[in-house]
Amino acid sequence: MSKIAAAFDHGKAFIAFITCGDPNLETTAEAVKAAVSNGADLIELGIPFSDPTAEGPVIQEANLRALTGGVTTDKIFAFVRELRKEVSVPLVFMTYANVVFSYGAEKFISTCRETGMDGLILPDLPFEEKEEFLPLCRQYGVDLISLIAPTSENRVAMIAREAEGFIYLVSSLGVTGTRSEITTDLQPIIRTIRENARIPVAIGFGISRPEQAKAMAGLSDGAIVGSAIEKILAQYGKDAPEHIGRYVREMKNALE
Amino acid sequence: MSNRNGRFGIHGGQYIPETLMNAVIELEEAYNRYKADPEFNRELNALLNDYAGRPSRLYYAGKMTEDLGGAKIYLKREDLNHTGAHKINNVLGQALLAKKMGKTRLIAETGAGQHGVATATAAALMGMECVVFMGEEDTVRQALNVYRMRLLGAEVIPVKTGTATLKDAVSEAMREWTRRIDDTHYCLGSVMGPHPFPTIVRDFQAVISKEIKEQLAEKEGRLPDAVIACVGGGSNAIGSFYHFLDDKSVRLIGCEAAGRGIDTFETAATINTGRLGIFHGMKSYFCQDEYGQIAPVYSISAGLDYPGIGPEHAWLHDTGRAEYVPVTDEEAVCAFEYLAKTEGIIPAIESAHAVAYAQKIAPQMGKEQIIVITVSGRGDKDCAAIARYRGEDLHE
Repeated sequence: MSKIAAAFDHGKAFIAFITCGDPNLETTAEAVKAAVSNGADLIELGIPFSDPTAEGPVIQEANLRALTGGVTTDKIFAFVRELRKEVSVPLVFMTYANVVFSYGAEKFISTCRETGMDGLILPDLPFEEKEEFLPLCRQYGVDLISLIAPTSENRVAMIAREAEGFIYLVSSLGVTGTRSEITTDLQPIIRTIRENARIPVAIGFGISRPEQAKAMAGLSDGAIVGSAIEKILAQYGKDAPEHIGRYVREMKNALE
Repeated sequence: MSNRNGRFGIHGGQYIPETLMNAVIELEEAYNRYKADPEFNRELNALLNDYAGRPSRLYYAGKMTEDLGGAKIYLKREDLNHTGAHKINNVLGQALLAKKMGKTRLIAETGAGQHGVATATAAALMGMECVVFMGEEDTVRQALNVYRMRLLGAEVIPVKTGTATLKDAVSEAMREWTRRIDDTHYCLGSVMGPHPFPTIVRDFQAVISKEIKEQLAEKEGRLPDAVIACVGGGSNAIGSFYHFLDDKSVRLIGCEAAGRGIDTFETAATINTGRLGIFHGMKSYFCQDEYGQIAPVYSISAGLDYPGIGPEHAWLHDTGRAEYVPVTDEEAVCAFEYLAKTEGIIPAIESAHAVAYAQKIAPQMGKEQIIVITVSGRGDKDCAAIARYRGEDLHE
């Protein structure tokens, strides 16, 4: 049984995305702890990539700040090892295929296991390419999270049937970033997912406000928020954790 | 030559967001349907011949041959195509395909601006909307081409992210495609990106080697001993190599942009300095650091200033069928000037990389041997930058 399921055990899940090392890893640790103590059920830790093609400007800039600050995959693993002493909610990495590939897939995935990471989200690894890392993920008990998009159509069932951990449902076309409205009709997609998978579904991309989170989690099992949190980091830097804590509390309350 | 999911050996694949998967599947299906359709091929050939000016000439460079004192040198004059480069071969094919698919809008990335100009041209011709992403630094290096694109009715969006060069333009075009798929075709300009692009672009550029083979057979009654082309993503090179892949006697040589040298960080020579990775939808060789962060590459040539190489080239390198050699800025600039003075032909600075390598090897070859250099584009666009390189500032 995947540990990720536990994140969905107490009502609708609130999932927070935080880029590691923006502006430094000490701030990331405080931000994660603030998010968790204010109700975040699962944390997506972003390993920054130089060219994040699925991200909008906010997370692109967060990646750039983190890399400029000197963070590396090795430093992030060391950070997670420490973080795990204080944080027990499920943790997943969100990064790009080349970060894993270049580190050495087996070394990366076995270190995920050893440091206590529960899953891996790679937005540039679609169903057709998942064999690149899936056998190693299975071997080391790290869930490789599948994404489903509004354009997936005839692919939804196929992806859902083989998905692990939770399903990341992309709310709308385009890249990450806050949106004033989410207009996609997600219900038919979620119906197909439910018919084909028994794992939870969380919706991300574009969610920033409590009423959006409530609406999206109402359709599914949880809401994922990234850019809105990165904006707080961009604005407050090292002082961001307390603001993130307050924001997460507000969002989580909206789900309950 | 590619197998399932567009693999060339271990290279290629479809490493893209799920949002784009149905779009590339739809593209592959449409391509497979139309490439076998006689009507599509008739239309495309008419465009290539009557509009783009094909076949391009294979010119015997007598003075250069005499001056270098070795192999006979022929120039494949892709610079004579409409819009001034080989890029039009691929763009006319993709634009026609997009139109058949019911798309009304083309988006493209561009480095030197040649692919952007070609895409803007095809969009104007076929009555389609066109948006071109170009690194902000390149919009400065290639201001003339920015003007040409706008004149042709395209919107040019300067990309400020990352290194503000070709790789960032590709990233931004991919992002735009995930935003708007229904009416939009991403007209990728090189043999890179996710399957089926490396195959589609290769097939549309293969006309170059098909013509070289026929033209040389007519002029010399034989195959060349070497075919030389510059390589960024690698579209003119794969186009120049393709019909010779099975002719093992023909050396296939791709010239990479070494920038200030492959022993410096200011280089874009992917095969010579990169390693295996996954980026921009494909597995191939990339310039990157030990953690897989893509390197900020450099070349005087905006068109070769890219940290990766197409997956088929990566495979031709692995198998040893083609060789990939580095050529520095300085060597390319000298070749740019050399071809202008020797043959009265001003090549694109990209193509000058291939000319430079031919200058090195021709003297070591026998007089009975033959080299074909693909002059992928013309150099008008580069004159201001080369003048600057030589310390001269041009004003209109």
